[in-house]
Amino acid sequence: MDTTATSAPAHHRSQRTDNYAGHDYYGVDELLTEEHLLARDAVRDWVKQEVSPIIESYSDKAECPMHLFKQLGDIGAYGPSLPTKYGGGGMDEIAYGIIMQELERGDSGIRSMASVQGSLVMYPIFKYGSEEQKMKYLPKLGSGEFIGCFGLTEPDHGSNPSGMVTNLVDDGDAYILNGAKMWITNSPIADIAVVWAKDPEGKIRGVIVEKGMKGFSAPEIKGKLSLRASITGELVFEDVRVPKKNVLPEIASLRGPLSCLSKARYGIAWGAIGAGLDCYDSALRYSLEREQFGRPLAGFQLQQKKLAEMITEITKAQLLAWRLGSLANKGKATSAQISMAKRNNVAMALDIAREARQIHGGMGITNEYPIMRHMTNLETVLTYEGTHDIHLLITGHDITGIQAFS
Amino acid sequence: MKILVCISKVPDTTAKISFTDNNTAFNTSGVQFIMNPYDEWYALVRAVELTEDGKGETTVINVGPAANDAIIRKGLAIGADKAVRVDAEPKSTHQVAEEIANYAKDKGFDLILTGKETIDYNGSELGAMVAEMLDQPYVSYATHMEVEGTTASIKRDIEGGVELLEVDLPAVVSAAKGMAEQRIPNMRGIMMAKRKPLETVPASAGAEHVAVKSYELPAAKGSVNLIDAENMDELVRLLHEEAKVI
Ligand SMILES: Cc1cc2nc3c(=O)[nH]c(=O)nc-3n(C[C@H](O)[C@H](O)[C@H](O)COP(=O)(O)OP(=O)(O)OC[C@H]3O[C@@H](n4cnc5c(N)ncnc54)[C@H](O)[C@@H]3O)c2cc1C
Repeated sequence: MDTTATSAPAHHRSQRTDNYAGHDYYGVDELLTEEHLLARDAVRDWVKQEVSPIIESYSDKAECPMHLFKQLGDIGAYGPSLPTKYGGGGMDEIAYGIIMQELERGDSGIRSMASVQGSLVMYPIFKYGSEEQKMKYLPKLGSGEFIGCFGLTEPDHGSNPSGMVTNLVDDGDAYILNGAKMWITNSPIADIAVVWAKDPEGKIRGVIVEKGMKGFSAPEIKGKLSLRASITGELVFEDVRVPKKNVLPEIASLRGPLSCLSKARYGIAWGAIGAGLDCYDSALRYSLEREQFGRPLAGFQLQQKKLAEMITEITKAQLLAWRLGSLANKGKATSAQISMAKRNNVAMALDIAREARQIHGGMGITNEYPIMRHMTNLETVLTYEGTHDIHLLITGHDITGIQAFS
Repeated sequence: MKILVCISKVPDTTAKISFTDNNTAFNTSGVQFIMNPYDEWYALVRAVELTEDGKGETTVINVGPAANDAIIRKGLAIGADKAVRVDAEPKSTHQVAEEIANYAKDKGFDLILTGKETIDYNGSELGAMVAEMLDQPYVSYATHMEVEGTTASIKRDIEGGVELLEVDLPAVVSAAKGMAEQRIPNMRGIMMAKRKPLETVPASAGAEHVAVKSYELPAAKGSVNLIDAENMDELVRLLHEEAKVI
């Protein structure tokens, strides 16, 4: 795969213009700073220029637009809220959320590229890594020179990661790593993988596995009907010798990977609003232009009900995300609060995609419009980073004190 | 090298245009504003290219109210080193030019850049007025510009060809498509923009000589009259008698 190209080849470009305009029914923009708005407009411009013209083609062919990894680094989409010293952007959590929203407005797969790199690879190295590990990996990950992936899920352990079987055996100055990870975003193209495995004492440790280590392979998972512009694979470890200096020293429990997931889920709570907004924007435009029975579709009560409910749900999701962002800026957002926002906002976006699909009639099933792509993408978003069900059980646990999922 | 770039605020290209106050003022309600694209994509980016990495200093200037600060910050995020806002409501090109010339006259700028026009009033007047007020040479619609010492080499498109010019600095130049390529600010630039100086100076321009009496919108598009392809005579008759085009 070509990782050096800086732009998409011509056969992936479409002439369609992206007329997206944001929607802000409750004036949430007034709650944002100048810096947030600048970040939002910059990423929106970038998406219109670099993502919208090519995304249908890449998604259709199930190819990953590799040239965008570097560009995402250039605009500063990897770890925007990490310190600049370590390749981040030094911004606040709301800026991070807004960037994810604009990326996902383009495509959930593009947002996933950025989420995984920033929140699941850079964040654990930043939070739990040694100074040497930080200096070695973070600047290169932040610029997009390195691509990273995050291995937690296993073939037999999805919602239940604590049951993982991937393990480390002590071998002097190294560990011997065995096991397999499944459904790993970016794995076939990654330079490094942050892998979670059990040490001889049964504690969950994070290790940095580098491409090319003997016994390590990352085959691609084909046939995905969702998130098609994002590449997904396995991680297979057969007696891989991982030097002890590649172990993240500051963490030895499931709290490690879960804290990364909290960070990424927070971004998804914002990101999903972007996908919902794009579907709503397209449906509103289409229903005003398309006439049946001598008037615009938007003039029929049934269609107005759909549109009015969409903007109501979007507005609620925007307020939820903004409040969550304000809590996160003070370091006060709990993982249960993040679960609630991720669950609500992703389901909201998926519902909107389905309704918007109907408003577009037959045109809605084609790739002339972004609706079906968002809809199928959101099926993954509903499941990864904690399924819709599990997040509900997290809220249930939080309010009753009784854990119902194991 | 010191460059001053004049940036203005214009309605987004998708804005619906209407007027208030007896058709004497543009109705800004519900309108999104952006930096004039000719100022941003061509004049500012070229200035930044010529001055970045320690080669000089780019200042952006805007004549307008405090609400324009958001657009000025964008200029800083794209790469300008500092910014000035002249605190005055812009009413005419002459007034804006006078404010800019008053600010620039003792600052020693080697170049003053503007966009070739604003996308709202399309006057293409500002640069020439500033040049006249400062008694400097002026080149309009530049599509390419290099600077060597105290000389700028400029290309401009003319009917059927390209004109090559050499201009002594200091000078005023208006930038057209081709001068540079749009730069989307990155997050680093946005964060740095917060710490760059944005100075506000009071208005100083004298009396106004031009006042807007009223604006008019073009007539709304009429309905389309379809004539059957078989009925050529009727088409010719309508074109002749009603449309009066043949
Ligand atoms: C495209 C894609 C990319 C991904 N990227 C990554 C990645 O980069 N890194 C990574 O580590 N993982 C990744 N994942 C994995 C993802 O996080 C898992 O798919 C997810 O955690 C669910 O696990 P599972 O698929 O094994 O489903 P299961 O856990 O088998 O769940 C199946 C169903 O059972 C329900 N269920 C499970 N347990 C309970 C319970 N206790 N009570 C009630 N219902 C329950 C679930 O809600 C779900 O509906 C990715 C997945 C996809 C599809």
